[in-house]
Amino acid sequence: MQWETVIGLEVHSQLSTKTKIFSGASTAFGAEPNSQACQVDLALPGVLPVLNKGAVERAIKFGLAIGAKLNRTNIFDRKNYFYPDLPKGYQISQFTLPIVEAGELTVQVEGDKPGDKAVEKTVRITRAHLEEDAGKSLHEDFHGMTGIDLNRAGTPLLEIVSEPDMRSAREAVAYAKALHTLVTWIGICDGNMQEGSFRVDANVSVRPLGQAEYGTRREIKNLNSFKFLEQAINYEVRWQIEQIEDGHRVEQATVLFDPDTGETRMMRSKEDAHDYRYFPDPDLLPVKLEEDWIEQVRATLPELPQQKQARYQADLGLSAYDASALTASRAMADYFEAVVAGLVKQDAKLAANWIMGDLSATLNREGVDIAASRIPAGQLAALLARIQDATLSGKLAKQVFEALWAGEGEVDAIIEARGLKQVSDSGALSAIIDEVLAANAKSVEEFRSGKEKAFNALVGQVMKASKGKANPAQVNELLKKKLGAG
Amino acid sequence: MTDTIKSLAALLAEGKTSSVELCRDYLARIERLNPALNAFVTVDAEKTLREAAAADARRAAGQAGVLTGVPIAHKDIFCAEGWLTTCGSKMLSNFVSPYDAHVIEQFKAAGMPCLGKTNMDEFAMGSSNETSYYGPVRNPWDTDRVPGGSSGGSAAAVAGRLAPAATGTDTGGSIRQPAALTGITGLKPTYGVVSRYGMIAFASSLDQGGPMATTAEDCALLLNVMAGFDPRDSTSLERGKEDYTRDLERPLAGLKIGLPREFFGAGLTGDTARAVEEAINQLKKLGAQTVEVGLPNSKLSVAAYYVLAPAEASSNLSRFDGVRYGYRTPEYKDLNEMYEKTRAEGFGSEVKRRIMIGAYVLSHGYYDAYYLQAQKLRRLIAQDFVEAFKQCDVILGPTAPTTAFKLGEKTADPVEMYLSDIYTIAVNLAGLPGMSLPCGFDAQGLPIGLQLIGDYFAEARMLNVAHQYQLASDWHTRAPTL
Repeated sequence: MQWETVIGLEVHSQLSTKTKIFSGASTAFGAEPNSQACQVDLALPGVLPVLNKGAVERAIKFGLAIGAKLNRTNIFDRKNYFYPDLPKGYQISQFTLPIVEAGELTVQVEGDKPGDKAVEKTVRITRAHLEEDAGKSLHEDFHGMTGIDLNRAGTPLLEIVSEPDMRSAREAVAYAKALHTLVTWIGICDGNMQEGSFRVDANVSVRPLGQAEYGTRREIKNLNSFKFLEQAINYEVRWQIEQIEDGHRVEQATVLFDPDTGETRMMRSKEDAHDYRYFPDPDLLPVKLEEDWIEQVRATLPELPQQKQARYQADLGLSAYDASALTASRAMADYFEAVVAGLVKQDAKLAANWIMGDLSATLNREGVDIAASRIPAGQLAALLARIQDATLSGKLAKQVFEALWAGEGEVDAIIEARGLKQVSDSGALSAIIDEVLAANAKSVEEFRSGKEKAFNALVGQVMKASKGKANPAQVNELLKKKLGAG
Repeated sequence: MTDTIKSLAALLAEGKTSSVELCRDYLARIERLNPALNAFVTVDAEKTLREAAAADARRAAGQAGVLTGVPIAHKDIFCAEGWLTTCGSKMLSNFVSPYDAHVIEQFKAAGMPCLGKTNMDEFAMGSSNETSYYGPVRNPWDTDRVPGGSSGGSAAAVAGRLAPAATGTDTGGSIRQPAALTGITGLKPTYGVVSRYGMIAFASSLDQGGPMATTAEDCALLLNVMAGFDPRDSTSLERGKEDYTRDLERPLAGLKIGLPREFFGAGLTGDTARAVEEAINQLKKLGAQTVEVGLPNSKLSVAAYYVLAPAEASSNLSRFDGVRYGYRTPEYKDLNEMYEKTRAEGFGSEVKRRIMIGAYVLSHGYYDAYYLQAQKLRRLIAQDFVEAFKQCDVILGPTAPTTAFKLGEKTADPVEMYLSDIYTIAVNLAGLPGMSLPCGFDAQGLPIGLQLIGDYFAEARMLNVAHQYQLASDWHTRAPTL
């Protein structure tokens, strides 16, 4: 039987506000346990929540970026359950009326094999709602007791819920990555997955291909890397198919992924599901989104990845693949645009090739983000300008690039210091060629007798004699002339 | 002789007494009478006298405000820094608050020393002050009887002259009903006028703090201190400061008093009906007119309230889990047992009953039938008042169906107890201001309360009516013999 995988994702994106969603305590990561938990976060008797407008603004920004409906009135509800790191005994979240509803995100899904054409996929986003994070329970180091750290309690989250629109782990990863790009791009989330700023829950089910109804889903909780997301879904899909083919039924459940074994394991079954007794939080007023507020937020929205991709293709003549790669992050796009802007003679393709080629390779090798590149965009533009004006050959340019990375100074200074200037002076070149022709009579002979290969050998000799500085195009031209072949 | 806070403020201003002297007198009276009344949970003479000395120093420095140096008692629902703050519960029997409620801050800023923390029904759930972990409060007029609740300690303290004034909170009548049963004056402001920050929540959408004193004029002075916008409470209303004494002297000529026919039917005992009737006549003599109004949905207010208040309470009280502060059971095997035993041992039966009701009405499958339905009723009840206030300036009726009942008389039947608040609950559901003031005594010498209900933000007008009535009557000056 052929099976179809159905995946929906719930992403918890930590919003980049300085203070918590309902208190004035700092949200900075990594502080001493409980040093960033104020009386509101500790849920002392009598304390009350006050909504952080910055969190609402970030949610509005997200809603605008995915073309969603913004609920002009939205409300906070209480989700009631007991857990030691949930100080109030309830989480303030949005249940019946979330701030964002019905948006979508179009993503590029890579093909099966490297080199296959990427496919466009639109994933519908059901809703995105604001809520507070819980604290952390620490089970180690307390001699059989549990430690509670409430620094994270009250950190603002935007929970982004997709429709079950994805049909493979690869699609899910492409969507998750695009979402990650988007939230960091519009500056609402730092995207740091190690610190838990972007956590993914995957709802996975399988069904016979062609069946209209969904299969029973299991939810894989708290995946904090794209690699784990892919591994967990693939494992889960295999497991579910195996269960069904072995005559068992898949029961609705929440599972955890163990990166060490690469397997998912049961956390709780449907029977253990809580009745959260949601109801509107009487301590908070309904949130009203006035039109001017929305417009103010809209004005702060940068050009979005998809808008840039379209523009790169239409105005700069780049391929869809290049446009997509150059908008993988806002820093990447900013860098690319700065390089293009730095070129007197516009050549976006040249800039794209260098950024996606040498620069990306170097950044990867050194583990450096493009925003922290040791070669600023202006210097890369200066380097490319020297290729454009034929001062440097591609090969020499690579040397200059290495020198730039090594911090040897600016482009022209490096060319000067290393004597890398391409020889394009036809007088000087002509002299070199004459010498080479004189010293390689045999090759000249062979060429004249029809061996085309001998020409290349002569070009090589000329380049060697010029220590690589000869302009290859000019060498070709002059050689042909001198050999009477042109 | 009744010492109003107004008269005490005058003595202080004239230099005829000091705050330390006043506090010593009251502390001595508390020491003598509290064992019989049990009005206070915590008294800390040293702390009180330190605050009094500071108030005197402030006066000496020429920086005294109107009420600087006048002492006040606070209901043990308000968090006060360095004070045990129990909310009448074993659950918080070890909780010393590390911070001040907004209301406490306001009284500190006014320079009013705290005489102590007053007893109350556990988490403000009760109408007789019998649910307190610290034992029942007794009514100063008859110590076999209850003072009403939940602000019973504050009411008894003021009625017994153990304090010239006290704070209270009112979720379904918890200021007005005990004020009525102890013969004092108490006011519940419009929802949102007094900040709830630091006031331990029972039912957040209904809770409102307010003053309890011997006169309407004192209540006005106290409300001037308590009221005001607080950005830490999202339901606090951003309005300009107002002077609640501004209308006190306004004549009542032309005043239109609405009499809801639903408040004057069967169920009102003879003495209460008679006293309220006489008060109406008195007000008419002062120039007021009466008009009959209808509050047809008010009969549903107790039912709606006992869905909504427990629903909110069940969630508000979840934080009392033994993890971070308060009572924790001494022995447990695992987390669930810790929760279960802590909450089973830490809460009293009335609190548990309401948590159970609240959890039930919010449960999947019952929410629409109970919680949503009750919310609809709440809107209808509020709409009744909007209609009524098109015909009148204030609404008048009894505060409570009976005078003070005996300890234990209603504890066996929770519904009977809940009906003590039948005239007061609708006001909370509508978010309106209401007050109770004494209007006579029954045949057994127990005080009877008159309730005034104002339109939204009409506290000053309501206080005006009450003050004019008190100028023409002396019920509020009567004190029990102790």
